[in-house]
Amino acid sequence: MRVHLTKAEQKKLLKQLIAGDLPDARGRYGPFGGRYAPETLVPALERMEQGVHESLSDELFVSELDRELKQWVGRPTPLTFAGRLSRRWGADVFLKREDLAHTGAHKINNALGQALLARRLGAQRVIAETGAGQHGVATAAACARVGTPCTVYMGAVDIERQAPNVDRMYQLGATVVPVQSGDRTLRAAIDEAFRDWVSDPDASYYLLGSVVGPHPYPYLVQRLQSVIGTEARAQMLAMTDALPDAAFACVGGGSNAIGLFHPLLADESIELIGIEAGGRGDGLGHNAATLATGKPGVLHGSYSMLLYDDDGQIQETHSVSAGLDYPGVGPEHALLQAIGRVRYVSATDTEALEAVRECCAAEGILPALESAHALVGARNWARENPGKRILIGLSGRGDKDQPTLSQQIADTDDTVEQPRSATIP
Amino acid sequence: MLPHVKIASALNAATAAGRVAMVPFMTAGYPERDGFIDTLREVARNGDVVEIGVPFTDPLADGVTIQRSSHAALANGVSLRWILDKLTATARIDTPLVLMSYLNPLIAYGFDALARHATEAGVCGFIVPDLPYEESGEFRRALATENLGMIQLVTPATPEARLKNLCEASQGFIYAVTVAGITGGSQDLPVDLTDYLDRVKSCATIPVCAGFGVRSAEQVAEIGAHADGVIVGSALVEQLEQGKDPSIFLRQLLGK
Repeated sequence: MRVHLTKAEQKKLLKQLIAGDLPDARGRYGPFGGRYAPETLVPALERMEQGVHESLSDELFVSELDRELKQWVGRPTPLTFAGRLSRRWGADVFLKREDLAHTGAHKINNALGQALLARRLGAQRVIAETGAGQHGVATAAACARVGTPCTVYMGAVDIERQAPNVDRMYQLGATVVPVQSGDRTLRAAIDEAFRDWVSDPDASYYLLGSVVGPHPYPYLVQRLQSVIGTEARAQMLAMTDALPDAAFACVGGGSNAIGLFHPLLADESIELIGIEAGGRGDGLGHNAATLATGKPGVLHGSYSMLLYDDDGQIQETHSVSAGLDYPGVGPEHALLQAIGRVRYVSATDTEALEAVRECCAAEGILPALESAHALVGARNWARENPGKRILIGLSGRGDKDQPTLSQQIADTDDTVEQPRSATIP
Repeated sequence: MLPHVKIASALNAATAAGRVAMVPFMTAGYPERDGFIDTLREVARNGDVVEIGVPFTDPLADGVTIQRSSHAALANGVSLRWILDKLTATARIDTPLVLMSYLNPLIAYGFDALARHATEAGVCGFIVPDLPYEESGEFRRALATENLGMIQLVTPATPEARLKNLCEASQGFIYAVTVAGITGGSQDLPVDLTDYLDRVKSCATIPVCAGFGVRSAEQVAEIGAHADGVIVGSALVEQLEQGKDPSIFLRQLLGK
């Protein structure tokens, strides 16, 4: 599978992506994407693909989604001028406030859209995975709203570090299943969700939380999350009469970043920068910087950049932020990197924790640890490019991170964490 | 004989002898890495074709037994390269061997080198549970250079037209998954199993082997009445991990 692209191919693919011609009929974003699913799921994915195309072009469906986004999610989320961060960084800093969306993160945009789709397709139950718990909470809420029962798979490690979100899922009526297999984080939770779906492909709907997975998930989630960038672009123009010089978003699977970036792809003047989890630093197993250090491979249904060893075994990852702690990334990001439209950098655990404190102190906003990675990338860029206008996707709020943050305050002198696991349990 | 024809021919020989063909599955290097070849020979003596599992970190079509055996084999240092090296170094096993692997280890190995080395190791075909036919072109082309078989899975959820295409595309045998689900289930076989197997059989020009959740001699007999062979995975892996003799178990399944 060839991934090297000539300049002419890169240009053509960007044009196609902007025109809405990607993914192609086979679910491909250039060399990336596709549908690498067990045979049992192929007919279910084909039905779903048809349902996606019909729903997104059905006025009734779209108007119900819009109404729910407004009335129930609280959209549009504000664009906040961050005055004190601006002075500190020597830039004009604007925050797209997904932390103010219902349930506290951008995840609700996707969860709501897919819950409506699941109902339309006649699903009797919804399955979801969750890492940080934000997608699980959003799915639990959206399923309650549309009246469909849901089961959320969550890694045992994540259940511990995101305890507040586990309680919220229970309150919202979800069944939460702790995952003890594999790496006991997001990746193992996705494995388990797939196993559940394979066992009941007709009556269950798998509500995947990021722009990963087999076609049509990366496309569907991009469509549902693009509300972020579409709103932010209009808000920037309304507030400043201009577009930003650069936009920043954190990237794990990459749904909030695709949501912010996709609607800005055509604006060539906007530099787009994604920030991955640099964890404890360089070296396999110490971070989740998939685009920076991974290779093309297949996990969870699509061909994309991936962290794996010489034998093709998926690598353990580390990030202080559960939502970024994932060895893969969405195929559209792999393409955006390959064609040079988005640049991907990383921020370490320590930098992200500092950024949480800085944002709290300067703006009175507690960002999620995931979103704090975007703040790090933006601050570093602002230092090198003084006097620019900066748009940051503040993907979620940090209330869920209390256990980790309290722990960090308790061991401020002890920034070296123990590796979670260097081998397969 | 071409490698993929060797698979079909071994299964057809069982049919000609008036019995259901046995396709045992074992995870390579489990429970003991050092016992791999000995266990394989023992299993091969009681099988018409042997399916060797290449361990993978994220076996998302597998139940708890094969997850456990995969993770343990990885912890024991088993890899695709190690498996092929061991098979190449040992005296040829007469029973046709097929490798069951998720796609990423195959990508990491490189398709062309894999086809060559697999042939040298005496492997006749591949089963790749996360590689649907539509995505398999490049891998099939690599296998074709060595005449290795690409064994296609079909399931009760596979629509009629697709079933025909998959049966036509499959080489060696057609792997009929008995249930919508993961490997190693303990529930009874579905009531409409025989209709389904008859449907698959009617599309097939090569042997049909059925598997997923096969644990008893009764099930083997039931499947054997409507398919050419039966695949036994998790139940055999459980016997092996308990240190039991695989020959006794496999013969029991065949009612011997």
